Amino acid sequence: MAKLTLPIDEYIRLYGPHISDSPVSGWENKPEPEKLVKTHCCFCGMQCGIQLAVSNNRVIGFEPWEEFPFNEGRLCPKGVKRYMQSNHPDRLTDPLIRTAHGFRKASWDEALDLVVSKLQSIQQKHGNNAFAMMSGVSLTTEKSYLVGKFARLALRTANLDYNGRFCMVSAGGGNKKAFGIDRTANSWVDIPKAEVVWIAGSNVSECFPTLNHYIWRARDCGAKLVVVDPRVTPIARTADLHLAIRPGSDSALNQAILHELIAHGDVNQAFVDQYCTGWEELRDSVATCTPEWAAEICGIDADLIRQAAHLWGGAKTSFLLHARGIEQHTKGVENVLSNINLVLATGRIGREGCGYGTITGQGNGQGGREHGHKCDQLPGNRDIENPEHRAYICKVWGITDEELPHKGKTAVELFEAVDTGEIRGMLNICCNPAVSHPDTNFLRSCLEKLEFFCVIDFFMSETARYADVVLPGSLHEEEEGTSTSAEGRVCRIRAAVPPPGNAWTDTAILLEIARRLGREQYFPYTDNEQIFNELRVASHGGTADYYGITWKRIEEEMGVFWPCPEMGHPGTPRLFEDLKSYHPDGKFHLYPTPYRPSYEMPDKDYPFWLTSGRSVFHYLSGTQTRRIKFLVDKFPGPVCEMHPALAQRLGFVDRQLVVVETRRGQIVVPLQVTEAIREDTLFIPYHWSEKLAVNQLTVRALDPISKMPEFKTAACRVRAATAAEAERLRSDYKNLRIEAGTV
Amino acid sequence: MSASTGPFKDFFIDFQRCIGCQSCVAACAECHTHRGVPMIRVDRVDPARSPQTVPMVCMHCTQPTCANSCPADAIKKDENGIVHSAQKPKCIACHNCELSCPFGIPQIDDVQLLMQKCDLCFDRTSIGKKPMCATVCPSGALFYGTKEEIAALRPQSQPVNRWRFGRQQIETRAFVMVPHGVDEMRVDWDEETVLTQITLPAPEPATTEPTEERQFL
Repeated sequence: MAKLTLPIDEYIRLYGPHISDSPVSGWENKPEPEKLVKTHCCFCGMQCGIQLAVSNNRVIGFEPWEEFPFNEGRLCPKGVKRYMQSNHPDRLTDPLIRTAHGFRKASWDEALDLVVSKLQSIQQKHGNNAFAMMSGVSLTTEKSYLVGKFARLALRTANLDYNGRFCMVSAGGGNKKAFGIDRTANSWVDIPKAEVVWIAGSNVSECFPTLNHYIWRARDCGAKLVVVDPRVTPIARTADLHLAIRPGSDSALNQAILHELIAHGDVNQAFVDQYCTGWEELRDSVATCTPEWAAEICGIDADLIRQAAHLWGGAKTSFLLHARGIEQHTKGVENVLSNINLVLATGRIGREGCGYGTITGQGNGQGGREHGHKCDQLPGNRDIENPEHRAYICKVWGITDEELPHKGKTAVELFEAVDTGEIRGMLNICCNPAVSHPDTNFLRSCLEKLEFFCVIDFFMSETARYADVVLPGSLHEEEEGTSTSAEGRVCRIRAAVPPPGNAWTDTAILLEIARRLGREQYFPYTDNEQIFNELRVASHGGTADYYGITWKRIEEEMGVFWPCPEMGHPGTPRLFEDLKSYHPDGKFHLYPTPYRPSYEMPDKDYPFWLTSGRSVFHYLSGTQTRRIKFLVDKFPGPVCEMHPALAQRLGFVDRQLVVVETRRGQIVVPLQVTEAIREDTLFIPYHWSEKLAVNQLTVRALDPISKMPEFKTAACRVRAATAAEAERLRSDYKNLRIEAGTV
Repeated sequence: MSASTGPFKDFFIDFQRCIGCQSCVAACAECHTHRGVPMIRVDRVDPARSPQTVPMVCMHCTQPTCANSCPADAIKKDENGIVHSAQKPKCIACHNCELSCPFGIPQIDDVQLLMQKCDLCFDRTSIGKKPMCATVCPSGALFYGTKEEIAALRPQSQPVNRWRFGRQQIETRAFVMVPHGVDEMRVDWDEETVLTQITLPAPEPATTEPTEERQFL
């Protein structure tokens, strides 16, 4: 059974996170690099080009890659310090098997024998679907495709899902409904050509720092900036209009904006009539959605809504961007559609300077969500329940329809099935739900119920502590492959060094498990390029069509934008230039998005809004960034932002320790009193684990379409921490800064 | 004056673009010559009110106050207008430079007993590369290039390099980007402006009595 067999402090002492702050060579003896390897950052969907400096098979530093066209050498601090994850003292280099007191090292044979025997025994007793797989999109596109095929053909389970379910599936859901394709509609070069840049629910400055340059280039040319966010983020600080709405009120705001566009004749009627469906229904749905109506729901001034509508309505060119702030809701898909409606109503899409896009959050959040990583998906962004789609993939994979599982459970549903005993075993790669899953107290109880749990990771993540077997996989810089950036550009990821010690590449681990399961005939690859070439064929004819993209082309052209359906096709930086969607009818689909409340609304017991997000210094569950001293020094642990007016009302002062509570759990945090947040809303970033995880507080309620949990709103209350609570927090905080080599 | 001679170009700072990410600090520390120690910092202006941050880096004054105030003659400006760290054999770590610099840039390393500061990434810029900070800055708050390049890229603003701190006038090698029509940065700390410009601290909170002693980290 997957249970902790050591106190948490002991796991930290043995496996970290420890912080490390110098190149593996030390500063004094840092050698000249033998080579600079052109690759991409392992963090975030920008996929900035970077050169890793290598000496003696070790990554010893970095050098900006100024020729790469997206970022021209620009990097965020995570990218700059990323190389310090390589050769990190916490790096797992041997397979581990859990004992009554932690873990012991094991040979690959012993560890894999155990994995395969447990897997087979669970599947024989409870059926194939009782063994599930969870994955993540920090993996390359090759590995994402391989995981999709591995789960269906080697594990023969329907139950595969991935951490994009916690990230941006609502954007994908909305994009598919409106456009029939799940990709940002333009390359970022259209941003500087826009008269108005509209950013809804994205802390661009902290989550996508290098994208700021494009927004500023637009402003250098006189563009106006509208930011919709409950917080004054660094980008919101400079906005021409900042709409600091209540968390979860986005669709109401957008309904009112549309109401104003209609009232002032700012709708592009010719475009809507000729190229869209659903206009009358949408128009009628906002008939009573006045700015005053929305102002009440959104908690902002009605005039501000009018000004924003006027700015949007009067623009000739524009770019609308959104991210997790509108997507991580039980109405995430509706929020996305309500933003798309503003784009389509003005017809500003498919041409220069007229753009729309979700800003994908994870490193390969785009490429990793296209080729069968999701429970309902097959390569090329095909539908696993569509008979034609199934037939095509069956042909590529050389199997019959009976051999291809059907739709499985989504991530949260998958853990709920662990809770009910329907799922008994799990293989987890590249995912740390102990931090990133909502309601982590529930999640941990699920992990404890697993009869067998195997984790593939390069560090001992908080999730891996629960594993029966931990297999040491590879870092981003240890395997060849590709990723696809948030703008749809397929990029080449290069191996700078081999995995250290007894660690294997993730690909080698999956292929060996498949072999031991007797399924090697479906996985005949001798290198990762062969996987990509199979993916090209498997994606051919789907919306995410990679057929014309080769590794060689990517290298020569510094990336190729999909769809690229034929050899010699130039790729597609800008979608919809023919003003046709990817739906069979070729039309853009408009949907009414009537406002409805969030799953949990503040009440007398829990009177405030709680929202969560990222810091610029950390990435996702922090498994990597919480091990790099510079990043930890700048942002060691969670803090709670609170407006001074609320702090005064409650009798709190800056830096005081408070307890924030929801119906699911509580967190002790230092306050950061700042005017840069709404008076009724608290904000806590989510990168930490256990007692420092804001996800102890978040709700498991899901969007009905995308199955995205509602990370962005919960009802909370707050009180002063007791002396005992403060003491425990001090101890937890101290654990965040243990230097490598000091224990 | 422009110091764009030889391989060297000009350095431009646009404070309003700073997003506080500290990428400049992270990258500066990577330099071979100062081994993990950054020569640039990012200050928060008024964290209780705004996320505004500003990169603080040597402005390389034409008449460097730090050098003029150095009793040991340890700080030198070279022919390219770059003001260097104090020369190790001469520096007496007296802190005069720290106290005199109107921008608050030089800092004494109390272990090495030496003033170290930004030298415009001399090892990179002298061979035609950009300084590390301006190469990585993701928002364009730091820019290295020619005046012509920045004029073409940023028509809404212009560079200035003249400053007035009270009665002290200063010209710097580095430029800051300001709106058109501004020809000088004025920091006039006379009594009148102090009284009108300083924001008073927020009133002490606590309308309700805390039930027990407040806890802090």
